[in-house]
Amino acid sequence: MHSTVIVGAGPAGMAAAVVLARAGEHPIIVDEAEQPGGQVWRKPAAPLQPALARILGRAAAAEHEQAHAEFASIAASVDHRPRHLAWNLQGGELFVIEHRRIRPLRYGALLLATGATDRLLPVPGWTLPGVFSLGGAQTLLKDQGALIGRRVVFAGASPLLYLAALQYKAMGATVVAVLDTTALPEKLRATPALAAAAPRVLARGLSYMARLRAGGVAIFHGVTALGIEGQDYAERVRFRCSRGAEHDLAVDAVALGFGLRAETQLLDLAGVPLAFDVDFRQWLPIVDGDGRAAPGLYAAGDGCTIGGAAAAAISGRLAAYAILADRGVAVPATEVAMLRARLARLRAFQRALSRAFAWPAHWLADARDDTVLCRCENVTVGVVRAAVAAPLGPREVNRAKALTRCGMGRCQARFCGLATAELMAHALAAPVATMGRHRSQAPVKPIPLDATLVDEDTP
Amino acid sequence: MTVLRVNTAIVGGGLMGCWTALMLRRRDPGHCVCVIEKGKVGAQASGVNYGNLRIQGRHPGQLPLSLRAASLWERLPDLIGEGCEFDATGHLYAARDDAREIAKVETAARQASEAGLATELLDARALAQRWPWLNGFSMASWSPRDAIANPRLVTPAVARAARAHGALIHEDTAVHGAARTGAVFRIDAAGGLTIEADTLINAAGAWAPEVAGWFGEGAPIVPAGPPQFVTDAVPYFIRPSVQAVDGTVIFRQVRQGHVVVAGYPRSPSDPVANRAPVDARKIVNAMGHLLRAVPALEGATLLRVWSGIEGYLPDMLPVIGPSGTTPRLVHAFGFCGHGFQLAPGVGDVLADLVLEGSSRTPLDRFSIGRFADGSAEVAEHFTREFDRSLQVQAVAHPGAQRTR
Ligand SMILES: Cc1cc2nc3c(=O)[nH]c(=O)nc-3n(C[C@H](O)[C@@H](O)[C@H](O)COP(=O)(O)OP(=O)(O)OC[C@H]3O[C@@H](n4cnc5c(N)ncnc54)[C@H](O)[C@@H]3O)c2cc1C
Ligand SMILES: Cc1cc2nc3c(=O)[nH]c(=O)nc-3n(C[C@H](O)[C@H](O)[C@H](O)COP(=O)(O)OP(=O)(O)OC[C@H]3O[C@@H](n4cnc5c(N)ncnc54)[C@H](O)[C@@H]3O)c2cc1C
Repeated sequence: MHSTVIVGAGPAGMAAAVVLARAGEHPIIVDEAEQPGGQVWRKPAAPLQPALARILGRAAAAEHEQAHAEFASIAASVDHRPRHLAWNLQGGELFVIEHRRIRPLRYGALLLATGATDRLLPVPGWTLPGVFSLGGAQTLLKDQGALIGRRVVFAGASPLLYLAALQYKAMGATVVAVLDTTALPEKLRATPALAAAAPRVLARGLSYMARLRAGGVAIFHGVTALGIEGQDYAERVRFRCSRGAEHDLAVDAVALGFGLRAETQLLDLAGVPLAFDVDFRQWLPIVDGDGRAAPGLYAAGDGCTIGGAAAAAISGRLAAYAILADRGVAVPATEVAMLRARLARLRAFQRALSRAFAWPAHWLADARDDTVLCRCENVTVGVVRAAVAAPLGPREVNRAKALTRCGMGRCQARFCGLATAELMAHALAAPVATMGRHRSQAPVKPIPLDATLVDEDTP
Repeated sequence: MTVLRVNTAIVGGGLMGCWTALMLRRRDPGHCVCVIEKGKVGAQASGVNYGNLRIQGRHPGQLPLSLRAASLWERLPDLIGEGCEFDATGHLYAARDDAREIAKVETAARQASEAGLATELLDARALAQRWPWLNGFSMASWSPRDAIANPRLVTPAVARAARAHGALIHEDTAVHGAARTGAVFRIDAAGGLTIEADTLINAAGAWAPEVAGWFGEGAPIVPAGPPQFVTDAVPYFIRPSVQAVDGTVIFRQVRQGHVVVAGYPRSPSDPVANRAPVDARKIVNAMGHLLRAVPALEGATLLRVWSGIEGYLPDMLPVIGPSGTTPRLVHAFGFCGHGFQLAPGVGDVLADLVLEGSSRTPLDRFSIGRFADGSAEVAEHFTREFDRSLQVQAVAHPGAQRTR
């Protein structure tokens, strides 16, 4: 039995490990990635380290370095297991796989800090080679210093579009345009709430836009009718701007991002209830303010509530204090109170952001029938619509999956699940929350068939 | 309150309930039939099973029913207007180099031929010649007539066909209770729906004992399910469905390339919480057995695991036939992990019972009375292919008796 196991060495998991280690604990922290850091503090490949400030900007690079230095300082008290995927959770055991070796880990407390991935929206041509998720585009850059293309369009509904565009520009790519599907008035309406919650973060975000503009990058707000075309790979992006004019841009790559979606599979496997969040328009686990999900089970970071890197780190610390408090260890009350207050502000900011950058779910109402919805199983919008319209047709997403294979493939509906629910809700004229969510099934990600079980304590 | 008057009411919209409704309407278009399903049609065992339409290897008492079902499956598009990925791939019932396993396969082959099913016994060389990718079996019985179909598609398709033939299908409508007064069943269902019927069919799957209990009878049902998984898609090369007679691994490949696998032993599932947990260790075991049987699958990945809620009885035979306590109550449940194949046959047989009062297909082995009078045996594979906790549960039931 290990006292605490943490899944995810992103900002949330790292911060939690620091608190636990300083309290004299020896947590295990597993992460499928090679390096700690998660999405935002991803550690670049060694030759790229000197370019960090250029990629991230000076302020972010400093935060990045500080987080890693802090994590490195507790290395002796933490059992960090990179390249370990947690793929199943059952009866108080976490099943972890590393290179074909499966180990069941028993734990006293389990903290799930699994982060978020891109939310995608199927537009015509989104499955063409050369089209990446925004996160994928950033990962490639931060991990390997590689670009998805030379002439890149960033499109979608997310503040991260601007950040990623800037990073690409800094590394020498031509950013053809940023196509923001949210309208400017909506963003202006959200500004007071954003400014109240986190003025500095807002200022940083606005500076990204200003710097892109100054660098000659075209920014379009309120973009509609987005589509990607090309023979064998993405060659053109077509769209309509807010003035109603049609545009056609030559590109060799496109990054698409419509916000984030929490990675909740392990929480779901553990039986933690999820509720539909109307702002984030997705299902999030029901936890208390410090991340308690069930006895012995805790959640933090973007896998729990979309909040951004700073909120993730704070929620990781709070969850670690909750673990300690639940064991009867005294925790610093004033620090906890201060963390809670800052977390509340940052999350309020993120909520306002989610309204300013709402994903255009209504696009699914008139999505073309031939658009691929589930790319793993190659199921189109039309196939799901036809199933819904048939007698005894599906009324929620799991049934749609059973009948059409939509969401049945490798990604377990990570990338089509939310869009499928929106599509069905439009087809049935029903609220999207009543379309349900895809039930999680092990493995969280595919594992090799030739994996074998080894004893928990075999090194 | 709405009162619906029908000739036959069917509790349970799984395969058994839906096929029965379709067959009743096809055979007597004047017969008013209603299926009442607490969730969605075919969302339980009928929709999550492994998809084997295996005839060989069954208890000999089941073969006439199974063959009747097979000839209906073979006409599926005629009957329901959809193909549901039915594919007569053939089935290999395979033994390792073990005298008991070999004897079991030989017995199954003999019983099949006595019942009129053509099978072929193949030795290791013949196996290697026909299926060079298959490994570790010393012989097998090959039944070319055995088939597969997509269980996710079949029940809704049968229900649509039944509806098109005039059957009433009520989804999201749980039956809370039923009683017979005079010659009429009164059935209370969710949403204030009351149904009056001349005949009541209990096709409630793993939940059927509750329905039987309303009429003072029962059966030692054990709700359970086999651990199952599917791999990611690999090029299509596994044509037949393959089953190791010891139950350790059963697999088939679908045209899209995914390999569907059932392992063992079966684990308890929970019909009340509606959960069918899958033990990770059993899955990892089954992955090993699969790779030993088909080494070429090395490099494939595990995509998803699942199980289901099926009703098992200790003698591994279903209950099909009239109630012992109540006239015009007919049971069809407890299909012990092999009801997918039987379903159209069961529907046709129940239509016999409802419309004609008897069936030409022998049903004597399936009477519910066998548990009350203690004549039911505990099957050998029931003791082997289930978790111990489940065996204890069934054997402790007063209706079950251990004979060996
Ligand atoms: C590509 C990308 C770029 C982003 N850039 C920014 C940014 O610049 N600024 C910002 O504020 N936010 C950014 N975000 C949002 C991001 O989610 C941050 O808010 C932050 O990284 C969240 O921290 P976290 O610890 O909750 O999760 P993450 O940083 O996502 O870390 C989760 C970690 O858990 C691991 N993990 C997940 N599941 C398993 C499993 N089953 N087994 C083993 N390991 C697992 C992952 O490998 C990952 O390392 C970005 C998000 C993405 C997807
Ligand atoms: C994992 C698994 C793999 C299997 N593999 C195979 C195979 O390969 N080959 C094969 O031949 N068989 C297989 N089987 C068995 C086969 O699936 C079942 O025998 C068959 O589906 C049983 O059908 P049914 O209609 O009796 O039950 P079900 O499909 O369970 O239907 C019963 C229905 O009754 C409903 N119900 C219950 N109580 C009420 C109530 N009070 N009111 C209203 N509705 C109610 C339920 O909601 C349910 O939908 C497998 C089973 C499982 C679980």
